[in-house]
Amino acid sequence: MTKTGESPYRTIDIENLRFDQGAHLLIKHALTSIAVGERIAVRGRDPELAVHLRGWCRAQGHDFTLPDAQSKTESKTGDAHSTGASPLMAYVTRGGALTGRWRNAERAGLADVTAQGAVLDHPSATWGLAARGATVEAGGPRFLFTLSSKDEIWADGVPRLYAQAAAAQWDPATAINWDEPFELPSEVEAAVVQVMTYLIENENAALLVPAKFLAQLHPHFREVMQLLAIQVADEARHVEVFTRRATLRGGELGLSTVSGQASLKTLLDEPDFTLASFLLSVLGEGTFLNLLWFLEAHAPDPVTRRVAQLAAQDEARHVAFGVGHLQYHISRDPSVRSRLAAAINRRYDALSQTADLNEEVFDALVLLAAGSWQPAAIAEGFAKVQRLKVEMDNGRRARLAKLGFSADEAAALSSLHTRNFM
Amino acid sequence: MVSNNDTLVLGAVAYDPKVVTIWEGFKAYFARHGLKFDFVLYSNYERQVEAHLAGHFHIAWNSPLAWVRAERIARARGQQVEALAMRDTDQNLTSVIVVRDDSSIKTVADLKGKTVAVGAVDSPQATLIPLSHLRARGLVPGVDFEVQNHDVLGGKHGDHIGGEREAARSLMAGRADAACMIDGNLLLFITEGTLPPGATRILAQTDSYDHCNFTVGPSAPRHLVERFHDLLLGMSYEDAEVRPLMDMEGLKEWREGRVEGYRTLERAVDEMEFYDKDGRIAIQNYRY
Repeated sequence: MTKTGESPYRTIDIENLRFDQGAHLLIKHALTSIAVGERIAVRGRDPELAVHLRGWCRAQGHDFTLPDAQSKTESKTGDAHSTGASPLMAYVTRGGALTGRWRNAERAGLADVTAQGAVLDHPSATWGLAARGATVEAGGPRFLFTLSSKDEIWADGVPRLYAQAAAAQWDPATAINWDEPFELPSEVEAAVVQVMTYLIENENAALLVPAKFLAQLHPHFREVMQLLAIQVADEARHVEVFTRRATLRGGELGLSTVSGQASLKTLLDEPDFTLASFLLSVLGEGTFLNLLWFLEAHAPDPVTRRVAQLAAQDEARHVAFGVGHLQYHISRDPSVRSRLAAAINRRYDALSQTADLNEEVFDALVLLAAGSWQPAAIAEGFAKVQRLKVEMDNGRRARLAKLGFSADEAAALSSLHTRNFM
Repeated sequence: MVSNNDTLVLGAVAYDPKVVTIWEGFKAYFARHGLKFDFVLYSNYERQVEAHLAGHFHIAWNSPLAWVRAERIARARGQQVEALAMRDTDQNLTSVIVVRDDSSIKTVADLKGKTVAVGAVDSPQATLIPLSHLRARGLVPGVDFEVQNHDVLGGKHGDHIGGEREAARSLMAGRADAACMIDGNLLLFITEGTLPPGATRILAQTDSYDHCNFTVGPSAPRHLVERFHDLLLGMSYEDAEVRPLMDMEGLKEWREGRVEGYRTLERAVDEMEFYDKDGRIAIQNYRY
């Protein structure tokens, strides 16, 4: 279709192709192969080609010249006739706009996260929504992404965590056998419903907090963006399955207390991503993880055990990312550790006037673990819940140790964690 | 009259809301380069030309028709106006007269007794020049064929392409036998879906003509005009700072002004008796 003749300029023959059929693509393609100021000859058979080509060239900043009468005649009778080429329609001289637009364009990092220099510490605000690795035209609008520093949000294992998260997505409709038969005493069922009501409230917070920060994140940190997005989707499923379990026997949902909401509100109110993810993911969801394992082990029915098991798998990833990115941040700025400690103290002070974990939830957990009103069973359930609290404390201390806190510091800080678990 | 001579004041017609963004952008650009610049907006070119020649501002961003009128008024008063600069996209335009592909109209002569859809009455590209083209080929508008106007935003000299688009729609709806538009707009109307691909045929193409220009009025301070000219022609499409402005204004580079490209329009203005020789509005029922 395109060939180079003996003339000093390249000739393109677009045959019968019209401009309303995409002829500009072939012209543009031919122009990219010549330098600015050089020209191509355009041959074609559409009688309207020259009209459209003229308008297109004007808009694109290329010079358009009609061939003189002699060239036209030669085109029809000479070379063109013998070779079957289309008539000569026009000459197009390449303008500078095509290259001018990309002057000072920047490559926005590299797509492959493992490549050297792929993810920048401080990506430009004008890279905006461009794909990481794209070439970005200079002069674009500045986007206000408040989370645009790698130190603040990155973690070394992020690509792996995202891959795991994407692979571990489960469908609430099929991952749980909602029809599995079981019978519970009505009071035990009510205890399960109360615990589910409490879980939903906590999951609402666990969904909204990362969602809030997700909207502030520079998309250059693609893997973190993807991971947070999946985290939000995880919580959406958790809200669904806990609600579905709570209403499985047709009852109404349980109670929501002021102290529970006050505790969660401090998470939503925290404007700093590092501190919010510390309080939510490392301490809150970490503690929550113990609770889900507890339910998986001690819940009185198979559906509750299954939903707790599935939710725990997801929450473990959320905790892993929280710990990972705080480790990354601390490794670059050790003073972050004292800010984390201060955040726990601040939250403790803010919640010091509120009530303990709501009695309804605590009692429901005991009854749920007991499975009946028999005194011996209640004693056993109570003991299990006491062990749960110890496990929660141990888990928090272990994660704080991973962040570099001494054993004494970890013990002290863990003891200040909200009594509302999350 | 412009009250001080340290600020260059430009007049422009607000044919679209983007006009404010464009001139605010130019104002900031000129300010960054040390030229005090401001602009005033008019709702139509007629009032702008009159205000310009009355000395209310220095330089007008004029449509080709506004240039013709400004030049005539100035000449009648023994004054001069100058076409200082224009966009690359203002040079060498043509208009086309299109028919439906399945139409029995094969030559311009076949338009006798037919209906030709045009744009606004004051549109050089979609009305005045195409009708002059037909007249030169023996067809007198309104006598040999019916002229179907699509008056969208009178006084804006067809800058708003709504009139051309309405003419194209009229053609496809069968209300007209032919329609007039700029060559580039024919392709635009096809790509945007106003005209189905392959549904039209170009019956005629006018001679080439030029479009807008920066017109310098008699009261403009020369040193400011020269600075304005140099900064304008110094704008580079490679410069990310000004490229968005150039994209919005639809050009890749500014060029020196020239007036040869207005001869076709001047002839059309006389034929239509749009303005008289002294730049007075002569056409009847012109609303703006």
